[in-house]
Amino acid sequence: MISIKNISKKFGKLAVLQDINLSFQKGQCIALIGPNGCGKTTLIKSILGMVIPDNGSITFNGKSILGDYLYRNNIGYMPQIGRYPDNMTIGQIIEMIKKVRPSTTELDEELIRAFELDKLFDKQMRTLSGGTTQKVSAVLAFLFNPDVLILDEPTAGLDPLASEILKEKIIREKEKGKLILITSHLLSELDDLITEIIFMQDGQVHFHKNVTVIKAETNETRISKAIASILKAKQTTTRNS
Amino acid sequence: MNRIIKIILLDILKNKIVLAYTLILAALSWSSFALEDNSAKGLLTILNVILFTVPLVSILFATIYLYNSSEFIELLLSQPIKRRKIWTSLFLGLSLSMVLAFVVGAGIPLLINAPDSVGLMMIMVGSLISVIFVALAFLSSILTRDKAKGIGIAIMTWLFFALLFDGIVLFLLFQLADYPIEHAMVAMTALSPIDLARIQILMHLDVSAMMGYTGAIFQDFFGTAVGLIISFLLLCLWAMVPFFISLKKFNQKDL
Repeated sequence: MISIKNISKKFGKLAVLQDINLSFQKGQCIALIGPNGCGKTTLIKSILGMVIPDNGSITFNGKSILGDYLYRNNIGYMPQIGRYPDNMTIGQIIEMIKKVRPSTTELDEELIRAFELDKLFDKQMRTLSGGTTQKVSAVLAFLFNPDVLILDEPTAGLDPLASEILKEKIIREKEKGKLILITSHLLSELDDLITEIIFMQDGQVHFHKNVTVIKAETNETRISKAIASILKAKQTTTRNS
Repeated sequence: MNRIIKIILLDILKNKIVLAYTLILAALSWSSFALEDNSAKGLLTILNVILFTVPLVSILFATIYLYNSSEFIELLLSQPIKRRKIWTSLFLGLSLSMVLAFVVGAGIPLLINAPDSVGLMMIMVGSLISVIFVALAFLSSILTRDKAKGIGIAIMTWLFFALLFDGIVLFLLFQLADYPIEHAMVAMTALSPIDLARIQILMHLDVSAMMGYTGAIFQDFFGTAVGLIISFLLLCLWAMVPFFISLKKFNQKDL
């Protein structure tokens, strides 16, 4: 569905992405993990066209995204830190997005009710807590029933109840056969969600593997432990060499 | 396109600063007509006021507004909307509201007190100057991510065109007084939209007779229909070129 070929990006001298090759298929739920500053968000923003890679190409359903914008009709994006116009209320933001993104499909307002945001509709964005802002971001990402969901640290800042609601929502959407791309540091949260793992470090993809394969290779039942044992193995090999 | 312009326009018009700007322009215009006994003198006073305040408010307000709407731009960019459309809508929304403020504030007294070609021309020139300085604001805010730097560039731009440029022209005029530079002076005015606007209006008031030989040369050029059209085209270029450069940069920008 999305394929990324030889993407590189430099911010000044810092090479944030180096020759990345990836492809994502429908029905997959992919976790993008790696230490801070390894280029996860930049990669996501490249897919969204917010960051323009220095070279390489990204195709969405076989069409290059460069200079295109209609493909974003199929993407719901939840940013890591949602930034919204300060003086608008939650209701106005949602109304505005509905206006600028005319959609023929039925809107998915389930999360508005689940997060009880309708009670806060006339609150200004600047008065909201970080968690409530995250809820607004989540609502906007799921609102148009997109085929692809890109969630950048979706549960960071959410209380346990809200993050459980969001997780269940993600699982339901995954079962509808959507492509879901998640970045997160909380590996334990991803256990019952994901099918594939991409591990990035210093702007490069270290591995892109199926979860069952990883678990079998490492003889672990939990993702977090499996990843930990892979990283340990890597460290010892680099130390020995 | 229309939906986004509408959202931006409503947001700007809600802003009290634009209202205050309109009121100040109205107060300045009405009082200059009330102070002077003939409308030509009143026009001259308004001209100087307009050429000083309109560029300043347009460029500063637009620059600050652009920096403050970075969240809005980011939000729209993740939606299926063309980059070009977002930037153009912002430009049209800001230009329209500045022109509206000018026409309501200064245009109405001009039409009532000087309902002739000069009054109409003043409204046109003032509107163009508003749009030009909004375009320059777009250029200065795309040049740097830093808000303080961007506003600094905007103020410098205004200072250059409103004060420094005249100084440079005067300096050249005195230094090169021995040479026949009158025609070069006409070309030089094209380098500053404010001067272009000022001379265009001055030539249609009777005061140009007091400007000596250079004034006669100016009259020769700007007084004719061709000169008028050329100077209007130049003003339009002053609005379009900075905006298109900024649009090109915005299309390449990482957010």
